[in-house]
Amino acid sequence: MGRFVIRRVVGMVVVMFAVSVLTFLIFNVIPNGDPADRMAGKNSTPVQIAAIEKEWGFDKPIYTQYVTTMEKVFTGDLISYANQTNVVEEIRRGIPRTFALAIGAALLWFAMGTALGLYTAMRAGRWTDTLVTVLALIGVSMPVFWLGALASYYLGFKLGLFPNGGYAEIGEEGLWEWVKHMILPWCVLATLFVGVYSRVLRSNVLDTINDDYVRTARAKGLSERRVMIHHVLRNSLIPIVTLWGLDFGAVLGGGAILTETVFDLQGVGQYFAESIGQLDVPPVLAVTIFGAFFIVLLNTLVDIVYAALDPRIRLTS
Amino acid sequence: MSIADSSVQPDLSPVVNDGGQAEAEAAPGLSPWASAVRRLRRNKAALIFGALFILLVALALAAPLWAQIADTTPAKNHLSDTIVVNGKSEQVVTFDGVPIAPTWQTKFFLGADQNGRDVAVRLLYGARNSLFIGLTAAIITAFLAVLLGTLAGYFRGWTDAVISRSLDIMWAFPVLLLGVALGVSLALGGLKIGPIQIQGGSLWIPTLIIGVVSVVYLARPIRGQVLSLREKEFVEAARAQGAGPIRIMFGELLPNLASTILVFFPLLVANSILLEAALSFLGAGVQPPEPSWGTMLSDGVVLLSTAPHLTIVPGLMLVLTVLSLNVFGDGVRDALDPRAKVRLEH
Repeated sequence: MGRFVIRRVVGMVVVMFAVSVLTFLIFNVIPNGDPADRMAGKNSTPVQIAAIEKEWGFDKPIYTQYVTTMEKVFTGDLISYANQTNVVEEIRRGIPRTFALAIGAALLWFAMGTALGLYTAMRAGRWTDTLVTVLALIGVSMPVFWLGALASYYLGFKLGLFPNGGYAEIGEEGLWEWVKHMILPWCVLATLFVGVYSRVLRSNVLDTINDDYVRTARAKGLSERRVMIHHVLRNSLIPIVTLWGLDFGAVLGGGAILTETVFDLQGVGQYFAESIGQLDVPPVLAVTIFGAFFIVLLNTLVDIVYAALDPRIRLTS
Repeated sequence: MSIADSSVQPDLSPVVNDGGQAEAEAAPGLSPWASAVRRLRRNKAALIFGALFILLVALALAAPLWAQIADTTPAKNHLSDTIVVNGKSEQVVTFDGVPIAPTWQTKFFLGADQNGRDVAVRLLYGARNSLFIGLTAAIITAFLAVLLGTLAGYFRGWTDAVISRSLDIMWAFPVLLLGVALGVSLALGGLKIGPIQIQGGSLWIPTLIIGVVSVVYLARPIRGQVLSLREKEFVEAARAQGAGPIRIMFGELLPNLASTILVFFPLLVANSILLEAALSFLGAGVQPPEPSWGTMLSDGVVLLSTAPHLTIVPGLMLVLTVLSLNVFGDGVRDALDPRAKVRLEH
């Protein structure tokens, strides 16, 4: 097990390195305008541009630029081209917001997905089952920013049930205000996943429900409730937890960019969206690496948990 | 499964099977394909939504026809025009900049947008662009995924190592962030790959981006399937007859991958359409004045309080299209793979 973990962690570092190099290359190769040119402004002389190039190190060979940029990412000295703010500071400011959104939504979709999945499995083939399946498919077919904009306008602005976007600091405005600002974003983001989760769980439950150990549990006189929760659900949940880990990583790693933007939560994703609009390479690079880190981290964690549960995986991979 | 929030989250995991209601085994004498078609034909919901999708495509193709009836073009401004609605003369866009709501007559059937353009006409032309991107991107994804998955699975060894590690790296990329970043930079500068040159505003830029970033979802399952197929007797037989790798891959393996590709295809199209909308919403997809559902939504959302039809109309159209593909795709999967063996690997 120890060797498996080490191998996975080394793999993770290698992938992260590759991601950072690739992202860096993409933004240096793609013709997106010379950053020095843009920083110097419209009426600039070649001398001014050359001075900016020297100051920011754009005249150095590309691998030197990569190394210095990565150094700055780790020391927290990375500076934006567009407005000269500290990129790492900006990301740090966005992290609690992005985490609040991702964690809340992930818990919500997990709970709702599990409950609905179990409910529909126990009523497989009846009209409630069909109804939930239809709703689930509608949920995955909606663009999140569309649903978010409609919810924010009609429930927030028109009916006044919720604040119309924005984020409230717990420390400043209190817990209740924070929850009120987060309810709609949580629900909207979770809507996309609930459908998938309930359907995956439903099929898993239907697969396990006919297994021998379930029959044994029933035969020894356990209540239906106990059989469902302790025997069927427990075993059906494993794939769901895997899926949940991966999706959670993806949402943390930039997947919530649309939800953040639509609700103006000012998280890491929104920071990215605003930076790319100005073709500001340092924040784009840093947020991409930040996102990739969480995706890879959750992937690795899921693999390790899986291997801990099932020794066969350790041997084959 | 992970491109997160974004309804862009593809429901590419064809995982649901209908456990309880196991399909009756196919009648003897029917080929697997024939029995799949028979199962699909029995699935009323899938057929209805499949027909709905075809109808939507037909509507998109008929866009110039409606433009002629409405006597305008998707890019034509009618800012200072007036129009007679229910006997009253109304301005297409008021002095406060509020566009007219749906009139339900030939001109401005679904209202106008902030530039006084006919929403219905733009919706149909936008459908062309959104569907073009969705279908073409899915074809690109399927082509690349099959190519990479087959090569990796068939040759194994270092070919597999290179392809699989590259897929691992792609998997680690935050897809939406990558798509947005590429979309914005390429929209400005265009793209040059050898002799091929693509202009900045071209539809091909979002198409290519979406097509490429989705490859990983299909390439992994294909590789897995090829790994097990290549050990089967029929491949061994072909090899014994002297067939080379190319013939084995295209003649023997590809037909066996067809059902997996068919199962994924409608879901890939649905997902590509959603991704187009997401990219366009963030300014990284289709570039104005070219209409697409994503750009229409992006323009409409800011005017939600004065002109809700600009948000609701293209949104409903998009949801209807993606839903029809998802339900139909669901039916195809149940028909081809009633025990749902095709799962998305992680």
